[in-house]
Amino acid sequence: MQIHRYRSNGYNIILDVPSSSVHVADDLFYDAAGIMAETESAEDTEKQLLASAESGKYDLEDAQTEIKEVLEEMEELRNQGALFSPEPYAPAIEEFVKRPTVVKALCLHIAHDCNLACRYCFAEEGEYHGRRALMSYETGKKALDFLVNNSGLRKNLEVDFFGGEPLMNWEVVKQLVAYGHELEKRSENTFAPKHFRFTLTTNGVLLNDEIMEFCNREMHNVVLSIDGRREVHDRMRPFRKGQGSYDLILPKLLKFAKQRQELGLSYYVRGTYTHWNLDFAADVLHLADLGFDQISVEPVVAPPEEDYAIRPEDVPFLCEQYDILAREMIKRKKEGKGFNFFHFMIDLTGGPCVYKRLSGCGSGTEYLAVTPWGDFYPCHQFVGNEKFLLGNTDTGIERGDIVEEFKKVNVYAKKECSSCFARFYCSGGCAANSYNFTGGINDVYEIGCQLQRKRVECSIMLKAALGS
Amino acid sequence: MKHVKSLNTKNLQNTLKKGGCGECQTSCQSACKTSCTVGNQSCEHK
Repeated sequence: MQIHRYRSNGYNIILDVPSSSVHVADDLFYDAAGIMAETESAEDTEKQLLASAESGKYDLEDAQTEIKEVLEEMEELRNQGALFSPEPYAPAIEEFVKRPTVVKALCLHIAHDCNLACRYCFAEEGEYHGRRALMSYETGKKALDFLVNNSGLRKNLEVDFFGGEPLMNWEVVKQLVAYGHELEKRSENTFAPKHFRFTLTTNGVLLNDEIMEFCNREMHNVVLSIDGRREVHDRMRPFRKGQGSYDLILPKLLKFAKQRQELGLSYYVRGTYTHWNLDFAADVLHLADLGFDQISVEPVVAPPEEDYAIRPEDVPFLCEQYDILAREMIKRKKEGKGFNFFHFMIDLTGGPCVYKRLSGCGSGTEYLAVTPWGDFYPCHQFVGNEKFLLGNTDTGIERGDIVEEFKKVNVYAKKECSSCFARFYCSGGCAANSYNFTGGINDVYEIGCQLQRKRVECSIMLKAALGS
Repeated sequence: MKHVKSLNTKNLQNTLKKGGCGECQTSCQSACKTSCTVGNQSCEHK
């Protein structure tokens, strides 16, 4: 059993970690839950609460009666499996991760080239430590064939057109979408019908009406890169000759987002914050003020020696920024000007099952990245690191040993996760971040974890505030 | 209850028996490409 208690924006929140139940308590109950978690004794809890009541900590008319009520309510929640619940998942997850996995998602590196020279790009201006290249239609077709042939009975297949900048190879994107539909048709009357969900991640430079119209017809989601305020964006996302890209892309992204809003289609504007804009809440609000209503702004992941990398000492300030953002989002929502912030979204009632939550992100097993020449890597962040080359579209997966290592990545395999309350929300974190910072795929990236915990706290608080 | 209000949540223990179908979105195919977030995703179990 494990509970996590925290105070946020005037709310006393108690998260029952194994069941993911969330409770908003008064001061007396909040303290009682803390004492009970420590002592596991109703008697001791009662004694300690009485002592605190006598010292004037609470404003109670009849302390004994109220403490009794609290203990009864606590017992009721325990009996419902919503407080101090057991965590029976480890044996099931241990078996689950041994299952034969199928591939259900590909990140297609349709172009290892880019028209921007973003300073923080893990793809090194699109080239991923390698040469510039565009994926051919033939290679893309083989990748989609591989996906269908290795997806078992899975219906929904995801393909992200990624780069570099995928619009630099736009004709092939269109051809592959058409080929995907052909594969869907071929599978219609088989025992395993398939449905492709295509997504596109773009910097917006080459967006035009024809591309927007095609995407509105074909793309399940589009991710549009913009970092926030002009000076923040232009500092990190210049063209190759140094000129900022904000003024060129903004009108295009606004037009595209508006179209998708009106059509009820998914999109995100996605930014990266760095050491140079630790006050990133202002960037999120800037994007909201511009009219975007689906926003994701995430911390840069960079080697510590880079001047723009997030440093351990930045974390407290960043946590305050999340608080500022959460409070402003509540205010705007109540004023009818709400927007979604990706990392504050949490689905408490319909979220994923415990297997999904604990068995890792799927990189290297269910999710693979494909280079322009057809090589497979565990995910886009491993591309270019030859140690993780899994095979290619002609040979299929040749390094089953690496896949087996990735299959073992799960929450219960990471000792740091065992005591972390957020383990049911991050599935143990990002394997690539772990590798980049620790040298192993089954460790954790501590700064990322600290920020993740803060985001989970804020997102639950937002539910408490907006549900009330 | 007088001292505590529970938000409407899905009890994870109930998903132990019926979960694991795998039809849900892959974590990194959403807006993030550098972190890992699953708490915000929806279950697609039919």
